[in-house]
Amino acid sequence: MPAVSKGDGMRGLAVFISDIRNCKSKEAEIKRINKELANIRSKFKGDKALDGYSKKKYVCKLLFIFLLGHDIDFGHMEAVNLLSSNKYTEKQIGYLFISVLVNSNSELIRLINNAIKNDLSSRNPTFMCLALHCIANVGSREMAEAFAGEIPRILVAGDTMDSVKQSAALCLLRLYKASPDLVLMGEWTSRVVHLLNDQHMGVVTAAISLITCLSQKNPDEFKTCVSLAVSRLSRIVSSASTDLQDYTYYFVPAPWLSCKLLRLLQCYPPPEDGAVKGRLVECLETILNKAQEPPKSKKVQHSNAKNAILFEAISLIIHYDSEPNLLVRACNQLGQFLQHRETNLRYLALESMCTLASSEFSHEAVKTHIETVINALKTERDVSVRQRAADLLYAMCDRSNAKQIVAEMLSYLETADYSIREEMVLKVAILAEKYAVDYSWYVDTILNLIRIAGDYVSEEVWYRVIQIVINRDDVQGYAAKTVFEALQAPACHENMVKVGGYILGEFGNLIAGDPRSSPLVQFNLLHSKFHLCSVPTRALLLSAYIKFINLFPETKATIQEVLRSDSQIRNSDVELQQRAVEYLKLSSIASTDVLATVLEEMPPFPERESSILAKLKKKKGPGVVPVSELEDGKREGGELNGGGDRGPDSAMSASNASTPSPSADLLGLRSAAPVSAAAPSAGSLLVDVFSESGAGGPAAAVNDDGFLRFVCKNNGVLFENQLLQIGIKSEYRQNLGRMYLFYGNKTSVQFASFSTTVSYPGELQSQLNVQTKPVEPLVEGGAQVQQVLNIECITDFSEAPQLNIKFRYGGALQNITLKLPVTINKFFQPTEMAATDFFQRWKQLSQPQQEAQKIFKANHGMDTEVLKAKLLGLGTALLENVDPNPENYVCAGVVQTKSQQVGVLLRLEPNAQAQPGVQMYRLTLRSSKDTVSKRLCDLLAEQF
Amino acid sequence: MRFMLLFSRQGKLRLQKWYVPLGDQEKRRLGRELVQTILGRKAKMCSFLEWRDLKVVYKRYASLYFCCAIEEQDNELITLEVIHRYVELLDKYFGSVCELDIIFNFEKAYFILDEFLLGGEAQETSKKSVLKAIEQADQLTSTCYQQASPRITSPTCYEHA
Repeated sequence: MPAVSKGDGMRGLAVFISDIRNCKSKEAEIKRINKELANIRSKFKGDKALDGYSKKKYVCKLLFIFLLGHDIDFGHMEAVNLLSSNKYTEKQIGYLFISVLVNSNSELIRLINNAIKNDLSSRNPTFMCLALHCIANVGSREMAEAFAGEIPRILVAGDTMDSVKQSAALCLLRLYKASPDLVLMGEWTSRVVHLLNDQHMGVVTAAISLITCLSQKNPDEFKTCVSLAVSRLSRIVSSASTDLQDYTYYFVPAPWLSCKLLRLLQCYPPPEDGAVKGRLVECLETILNKAQEPPKSKKVQHSNAKNAILFEAISLIIHYDSEPNLLVRACNQLGQFLQHRETNLRYLALESMCTLASSEFSHEAVKTHIETVINALKTERDVSVRQRAADLLYAMCDRSNAKQIVAEMLSYLETADYSIREEMVLKVAILAEKYAVDYSWYVDTILNLIRIAGDYVSEEVWYRVIQIVINRDDVQGYAAKTVFEALQAPACHENMVKVGGYILGEFGNLIAGDPRSSPLVQFNLLHSKFHLCSVPTRALLLSAYIKFINLFPETKATIQEVLRSDSQIRNSDVELQQRAVEYLKLSSIASTDVLATVLEEMPPFPERESSILAKLKKKKGPGVVPVSELEDGKREGGELNGGGDRGPDSAMSASNASTPSPSADLLGLRSAAPVSAAAPSAGSLLVDVFSESGAGGPAAAVNDDGFLRFVCKNNGVLFENQLLQIGIKSEYRQNLGRMYLFYGNKTSVQFASFSTTVSYPGELQSQLNVQTKPVEPLVEGGAQVQQVLNIECITDFSEAPQLNIKFRYGGALQNITLKLPVTINKFFQPTEMAATDFFQRWKQLSQPQQEAQKIFKANHGMDTEVLKAKLLGLGTALLENVDPNPENYVCAGVVQTKSQQVGVLLRLEPNAQAQPGVQMYRLTLRSSKDTVSKRLCDLLAEQF
Repeated sequence: MRFMLLFSRQGKLRLQKWYVPLGDQEKRRLGRELVQTILGRKAKMCSFLEWRDLKVVYKRYASLYFCCAIEEQDNELITLEVIHRYVELLDKYFGSVCELDIIFNFEKAYFILDEFLLGGEAQETSKKSVLKAIEQADQLTSTCYQQASPRITSPTCYEHA
């Protein structure tokens, strides 16, 4: 037992601790503890009043016992008594006990709060700090109710000691986190911001945590903190390593404060004031420069502190996502760290690069590190680092490197740690689907996945491969052949049997021509796995068998034999028995026609978002219940207008309901925006709700003109109101397209529950296929999130897909519907041809329905260059020297859809002097398909 | 920061500080799981790991592990230095601190931590200021007792309770 070193020791406590340490067994320890508990209980209950010291000692023993992991159900009252002692250590132990063993007994809480109140008003800074520490440690709602009004006053009072200010700031932070509704903003808020200017570095360090948290919730009220934070940061960054005395940590000036300042700035968009922004960019550059300087110390503490600031600066640069120069420098710096000898730095660099990969400015720069990252996946000794490497590969994957990345992930999967296999499987499955250009590669990848890590392949993954194979007839034969080969392996995973059963049952006929995979061979192969499989798989196989009877009548006798056997028809499992009985009966009594109808090939699945993605998100989602509960609580507290939420939503659906034909009434809906529609008729509640969302303006409108502006161009701003800006970038190749949507939050407030859905009016569902993944539900103020849509044109189409965006701003639900500018002309391949060819084809397309023509007034000037640019933007080839009249324009192209190609010829005849002052056009389109001619004509008539 | 744990190589908790409200059962469960996770890792591995929805930062000093669970947006490296600064404070206060100091003077370890971190955030990062606050409190202690009850300074009062 060491001598008690300093302050006031309690010998009895030390002896007790020694005893416990000497206990040889758990039982002995419990025995010793019970003896002690009995002793303490008797002392507390005894007739003799205990002196303060004894009380303190026993309370401290109870605390020790509790911290060992035993329950304590008494002693609270004695601890509370200690609070009112005027001896510092007694008070201190009392507070410690209360902090650790919070008890919700209301009588006690009243007493505790009283004691705290006394200490807070004692004007003795040591006592005040103790009381504040206790509030901060407990942080309960009762304490917030009692002190949330008092603490801000202490914090900003002119005569409060620095140490008390520090405690008060963090105490208030804890109360605000637990009960934000009880901490009311007020006159003190502006004074709190000015604590950023405080001379005492400790005060700034403590206050900034509070300011950061408050800013996140009330950005507008605290926005003056941005310039203050920038100038404070600038002073620290430019100071010499010794300037800040004890706040310099291993030659790094104020690392904690620097990190917190950079963190605070991440609550806001880049400063608007040019001077402030310039100063900040200078700081960030200095931080990046310092990373290249030789270290001032060899100690790891020096490099950690320095790099902590560097990583926080990089986070800020990524958050702004607006300075390509800084982003690329950040990426290069992280690239250096990827090969650093410190594991910690490699880990953080991989993690940080993951977010850089999603920025359009740095995505390419990140991709250059692919070999290093793959190497990390293979060679890192620590699974958590390998996990980061896998995450980064996933984030940097695009069409250009998908095959390489998927191959590396697959080969890593063979040796991957069990803990991350399931996630890896999901990622491989998602990448394979997302970037599959040729679907045989996709099928190979997924079957490999099942082969390598079958146990970790969840149902979603194998469901998905079947959905895709069923929906794409070009891959069905290949899938049948590949799965047939995979099933030949002596030991193959049950998931493989499931996929095999399903695919052969549907498409076995596609490979039945080869004698090596004749119907009977296929059946025998499947049936050889039957007995090793679980009940659900057997049930699936039975369905495959009955499908075989339909596909291959020659297998009927064999299969009926199997169905008729006792092990099937009398199976103890009801499901299997029922299937066997019913399938047997069906195959015996139904005619071939009926059988063929009942057992027809599965219809295509409705296109929907991959369920695998949802699963991956769920896996990554919050796992610890209590914390999310806490945040739920906060959310409820924050949204005081909860009752009003239904308002805009239902009003919106009502206004939508009154416009049954979306195309006809689009403009009408917009001009009669819900604000004005609702205000006169609805009660005050609705009016209030709308005024809440005032900044939002018309919260629902189907945007039409934005759509028309994109017929001849692919990039630009699709939509903008006071809250939200939606930018668009798109590229098309043959019948495929990819559209990037950028949702920019123009406010400084977070958008919550942000979600987007794509819908298909009319027949579009079967004509166009748009795949996307959900965006993150939270869009921070000033932030921009990106969504990628993968588009496939199945056949020609006339409607435009609609994009519906919903989010909460303040309390109010915003609902915006836009037409996505996906038009048939996007799938044009330009076709160059000579005049003779052109006219020959023109003549071939001379049936009346093949031509569409419109004569219309010019909406814009007839500038030749502008017209040419538009026609090129249309996607066709502009043919020179074809039309005998040089004023006219002719174009040719082929619309590429999955099901067919449609040749299109176009002729535009301007008439600059149709009537005095009126310019007219005649537009003629001819194509092999009437709907295409018509649609293109309608679209183009709006463009000139 | 959500919580901080100090534990020995044998997995015995030496100090636990929770900055989020959780039930005792839950704390014990989380503590047990996390301690097992970290003890299962090899030396020289990375000091950071993802654990549930939290980031965990830990470092071993002699026989003691110091471990912090932080939020998604918190900075790992600076948390590593939070740990180091706390170790420095303990070291300075106890004079080359060892695990036994923390076992026998656990309350002091809590007091020092409260001066340094409050509500999970750095309150005072200056070593001098933190130690000054603790020394002042210690002085307050001794003087109080001498004035108030001189009799307990006599050794007989220190008997085994």
